Amino acid sequence: MSTEITETVVLTEDIKEKIDTWVAKFPVGKQRSAIIGSLHAVQEHNQGYLTPELMDAVADYLDQPRIYVYEVATFYSMFQTKPVGRNEIAICTNISCMLSGSDMIVQHIEDRLNIKLGESTKDGNIFLKKEEECLAACTGAPMMMVNHQFIENLNIEKVNKILDELEQ
Amino acid sequence: MRQENSICFSNINQPESWKIENYMASGGYLQWKKILQGQPGDKAREAIIETVKSSGLRGRGGAGFPTGLKWSFMPKTEKQKYIVCNSDESEPGTCHDREILKLNPHALIEGIAIAGFAMDATEGYNYVRGEFIKDCYPTIELALQEAYSYELLGKNILDSGVNFDLYNFLGAGAYICGEETGLLESLEGKQGKPRFKPPFPANFGLYGMPTTVNNTQTLASVPKIIEQGSAWHKGIGTEKSPGANIFSVTGHVKKPGNYELPLGVPFADLLERAGGMMDGKNLKAVIPGGLSTKVLPGNIIADCTMDYESLASAGSALGTGAVVVIAEGTCMVELLKRTSRFYYVENCGQCTPCREGTGWLYRLLQKITQGNGKESDLALLLDVANRIEGNTICAFGDAAAWPVQSFIKHYYSEFEYMINNHGKSIAA
Repeated sequence: MSTEITETVVLTEDIKEKIDTWVAKFPVGKQRSAIIGSLHAVQEHNQGYLTPELMDAVADYLDQPRIYVYEVATFYSMFQTKPVGRNEIAICTNISCMLSGSDMIVQHIEDRLNIKLGESTKDGNIFLKKEEECLAACTGAPMMMVNHQFIENLNIEKVNKILDELEQ
Repeated sequence: MRQENSICFSNINQPESWKIENYMASGGYLQWKKILQGQPGDKAREAIIETVKSSGLRGRGGAGFPTGLKWSFMPKTEKQKYIVCNSDESEPGTCHDREILKLNPHALIEGIAIAGFAMDATEGYNYVRGEFIKDCYPTIELALQEAYSYELLGKNILDSGVNFDLYNFLGAGAYICGEETGLLESLEGKQGKPRFKPPFPANFGLYGMPTTVNNTQTLASVPKIIEQGSAWHKGIGTEKSPGANIFSVTGHVKKPGNYELPLGVPFADLLERAGGMMDGKNLKAVIPGGLSTKVLPGNIIADCTMDYESLASAGSALGTGAVVVIAEGTCMVELLKRTSRFYYVENCGQCTPCREGTGWLYRLLQKITQGNGKESDLALLLDVANRIEGNTICAFGDAAAWPVQSFIKHYYSEFEYMINNHGKSIAA
């Protein structure tokens, strides 16, 4: 498959525009810096995960070796290189959240969705991300991100409400 | 109570403090304009660096390096120079840079612009952690657009002949990118693996050009210091730890929060400010400066003041000012296991002692909590930690080793009890 065909197949004009915005932030010839921003844009458009075709398309559009894009996609925890559920839940379990009961939140969500951390529900609705980093909202512990919105001071009732909404 | 909210938080209680009009109404961008409308040449640059130097401001990202001194390391060359703000806030327990990005983004932008001018850097990047993409990234991005629309950034700003362009960058989830050279690699679109130093970023930074990386709180402090002067700043805090610091107090306290207080505030006062201990429990331990700093037992921290010297002499560090408060009844073995899991998963894989050692640490702690520990495992844990410490390219290795060393030092009997009792905790 030629480079040109891959591009036209998978990158929409809207995505290209977003990538161009990232490229414009860096000096001419330094478009490698735009890989991370580009992958964010592409992943969001593809319901939360990257495919080899999408990564190749980003590399080709940026005129970068494809390995550069794979290196980034596999290093950073926000990029998913396998299909995952459409809605991402990431529960912080680092020090402050742990002290504030995050393990109980994890247990509750795992039980209710009948999946473990790192898995997605069978209907492809929810992806329960295995989050290792502290998410920098420690004064609102325990907390989690739902599609990257920070939800703080969690309790079971609050979690249930959010899951109800996601499951509607 | 001592004066609160004197620097980065000075205006955050005003309504919509993040908007440029409100920031300007409280004197915001006045210092930047003064610089531009004065004689913005080498003398003005030197004067700013001198003010920051004599103010005693130290990097608030964790290492505490004197900011003015760092700025003075930038070589005088015709090459493109860069100022980079480290908003990759990810030291566990720390969440004050997020508050700055949300509530006082213009102080940060003004601080970056002033720093850029002082070092003759005409381009700046603000590296924001990826997880903030829908949280505070939109706020800082909007603030940047506001600053441009008020013509406070760009080319030939306010006809001064000064150029300064600033861009927000988004990471994508990697603790290691908080390390300044890992951050620069990431900004170049690579894996965030820290660089061997020297050369330091001042000589070989972003795209190989002279670069200074400062933390968000550090840069957001600059406008206030320029406005009020170095003597004023030195008057806050202690002689060796001037200024104020935003303490993120979390864990077993009644009112977790970000409190900007003068350095040197007694730990007891800070704890009181955070509402005291939750459920009337006794204080067991405190991690005083983010997860990478050494744990201190309650009786030791009780006599400390929150500044660089006091915490160093107690055997820990001020770090990021993330104060994790731990109550009686908490199992320190479980806490260390969680800590070690974090370093195991987040290590970048570059240096063997860290890549392999962090796995050893986590697996040994897993073995102990599962009831399969042996007495010799404690010596092995320390041995592995000691072999990581000091043997890696960046300080991540030390950060992985210190919790292990300090937890075992202060809570040896808890580890011993668990080993002798098939995984049963003495604390819980």
